[in-house]
Amino acid sequence: MLKMTHLSKVYRTEVVETYALRDFNINVNEGEFVAVTGPSGSGKTTFLTIAGLLETFTGGQYHLDGVEVSNLNDNERSKIRNEKIGFIFQAFNLIPDLNVYDNVEVPLRYRGMKGPERKDRIMNALERVGLASRAKHYPAELSGGQQQRVAIARALAGSPRLLLADEPTGNLDTQMARGVMELLEEIHREGATIVMVTHDPELAARAQRNVHIIDGQVVDLAEDPRFHQAVHAARANSPA
Amino acid sequence: MSGMFVHNLRLGTGSLRRNPLLTVLMIMSIGFGVAASMVTYAVFRAVSGDPIPQKSSQLFVPQIDNRGPQYNRHGEPPDALNYTDAMALMRAHKAVHQTLLFQVGLSVMPEDSHRMPFKALGYATYGDFFTMFDVPFQYGSAWGTEQDEAREPVAVISRTLNQKLFGGENSVGRRITLDDRQYRIVGVTENWDPKPRFFDMFSGNAYAEPSQIYVPFTYAIDQRIDTYGNNNCGSDGKRGDDWDSWLRGECVWISPWVELDTAEQVQAYKQFLNGYAEEQRRGGRFNWAPNNRLRDVHEWLDYEHAVPPESRISLSLALGFLVICLVNTIGLLLAKFMRRAPEIGVRRALGASRGAIYRQFLAEAGMVGLAGGCLGLVLTGLGMLGIGLVFEPQIAKLAHLDFSLVLLTLLLAVTATVLAAFYPTWRAAQIQPAWQLKSN
Repeated sequence: MLKMTHLSKVYRTEVVETYALRDFNINVNEGEFVAVTGPSGSGKTTFLTIAGLLETFTGGQYHLDGVEVSNLNDNERSKIRNEKIGFIFQAFNLIPDLNVYDNVEVPLRYRGMKGPERKDRIMNALERVGLASRAKHYPAELSGGQQQRVAIARALAGSPRLLLADEPTGNLDTQMARGVMELLEEIHREGATIVMVTHDPELAARAQRNVHIIDGQVVDLAEDPRFHQAVHAARANSPA
Repeated sequence: MSGMFVHNLRLGTGSLRRNPLLTVLMIMSIGFGVAASMVTYAVFRAVSGDPIPQKSSQLFVPQIDNRGPQYNRHGEPPDALNYTDAMALMRAHKAVHQTLLFQVGLSVMPEDSHRMPFKALGYATYGDFFTMFDVPFQYGSAWGTEQDEAREPVAVISRTLNQKLFGGENSVGRRITLDDRQYRIVGVTENWDPKPRFFDMFSGNAYAEPSQIYVPFTYAIDQRIDTYGNNNCGSDGKRGDDWDSWLRGECVWISPWVELDTAEQVQAYKQFLNGYAEEQRRGGRFNWAPNNRLRDVHEWLDYEHAVPPESRISLSLALGFLVICLVNTIGLLLAKFMRRAPEIGVRRALGASRGAIYRQFLAEAGMVGLAGGCLGLVLTGLGMLGIGLVFEPQIAKLAHLDFSLVLLTLLLAVTATVLAAFYPTWRAAQIQPAWQLKSN
């Protein structure tokens, strides 16, 4: 589904070159739920934005659903983002001036979908996250957990092949975080491929597979025993 | 596509409502800029239009230099002809149609002796005048060549004068007394008042009240009816002591017009004019090389500066003001759009291409332009009431707010605003979604 080979991302200024990703290799299969972990500044979010075609990369190769994406133009990248990828952000990133219904509608509008189909999909997605009754509410009228559910509904409405989540519970309290995580697991069970960036070992433990990034490179978890122990402990404590 | 366009308009309207102060500033900026331009344009349009579009390239003013280089302004021959040259052109009959004219001011004596006489202005001309200038008739028609040659006292009067004297009835065949002379009415014109009055620029009547009477040139000369318009005898010229010496003299006071339908006819007429001037030189009347002109209506209006300079200047100033308003709008739009960088980042992440961002924000700018255009219309309407403060009343009254100006005002406002929005929109479309989303 997602394959990066020897991928690099360099930020250049007049005086310095900074490698955000270096010789980065990862392969995520269809239907997998992968947690990407690593310390702050390790390159997790850069990986996610490149994976989501929000940013270009400097070198290497990236195949998304079998398509090499480095030569795609803006329109083609936008189309793939719209049709194949769903985003869930830490800060929810709902558009404050639009109500819940209109927020969920945004990606469907860009797909050129007809009104009745848009409506069906929006209401289905909102029902799935338990917010159908809040369709006319504005983001400011919702709790953080509800906002993140709206963001998930927005990501789901377009039936994406790949769901990219960046610290999806980072701004939520424990109870809300658990609810959002359960929702993601449910979506995964239904066949979606999920790549989730997180700091939280407990969340990482609930994914099928963990990928650890340090200094812009994927490292073997065995090389970082502290993290390995933390994940092990989290799995042992997990209620599931 | 149309659904998305409507959606973008809806988003634009919503966005404008959310920042009322910024929105009002932009709308005022566009509204005032457009209104200033439209008010001055209304005046410019009124004075710079083609007064006879169907024939303006077939009607020509012949000019003959009867004074010589030392009296000419910038080497140009006089703007009118003296009687000798005017009659020579008429006798030669080298054009499809030709006429001479000079302004007359005659006292109209109403049939009802209880009513006071009043002055009516018009022209002494040839019957071809009405054919050449496509003058429309309510009743009757122009007089013919026979009446010109027979020097008959016939007259064509305007619809307005006919209304005043005969209550609007068909007055053809009835008599009218002008300066103690009786004329037989042969025609009543419809309201006809080309602006500027291209056929009599010499007398400075470009924007004067419509003519009310027309009488035969030949009869007017016979009756020694003096010109009511200009008479230019040059810096050291003399009019002469009596009528005959004035007719024989070099004072210019007659406006000639010829109709030439093809380029060959125009060329032939130029040759004729040169031949005539050369003949005058050989005869000893002119001691300079032929210096003639043959200008069509457009060239004539340009040469005579039919468009008042203050109209051009005020239009230029108003357009300059509009540009300043648009620059101001660019700044306001930029501030408005860049404040929405996070939204743009999210939209890009969710599948909006740069083109989609362009379309959304240009639609929003279009809404600003439309609102500015509506305000501009109101201000243009108010501005029309105040034109008289800047321009002469006879010019001010020509400017009016019609459907085409309404359409143009809205079109200008929307187009100018959308053009002004290109830079802010381009900046908005360049926003990198990754950075916006990371910074959250």
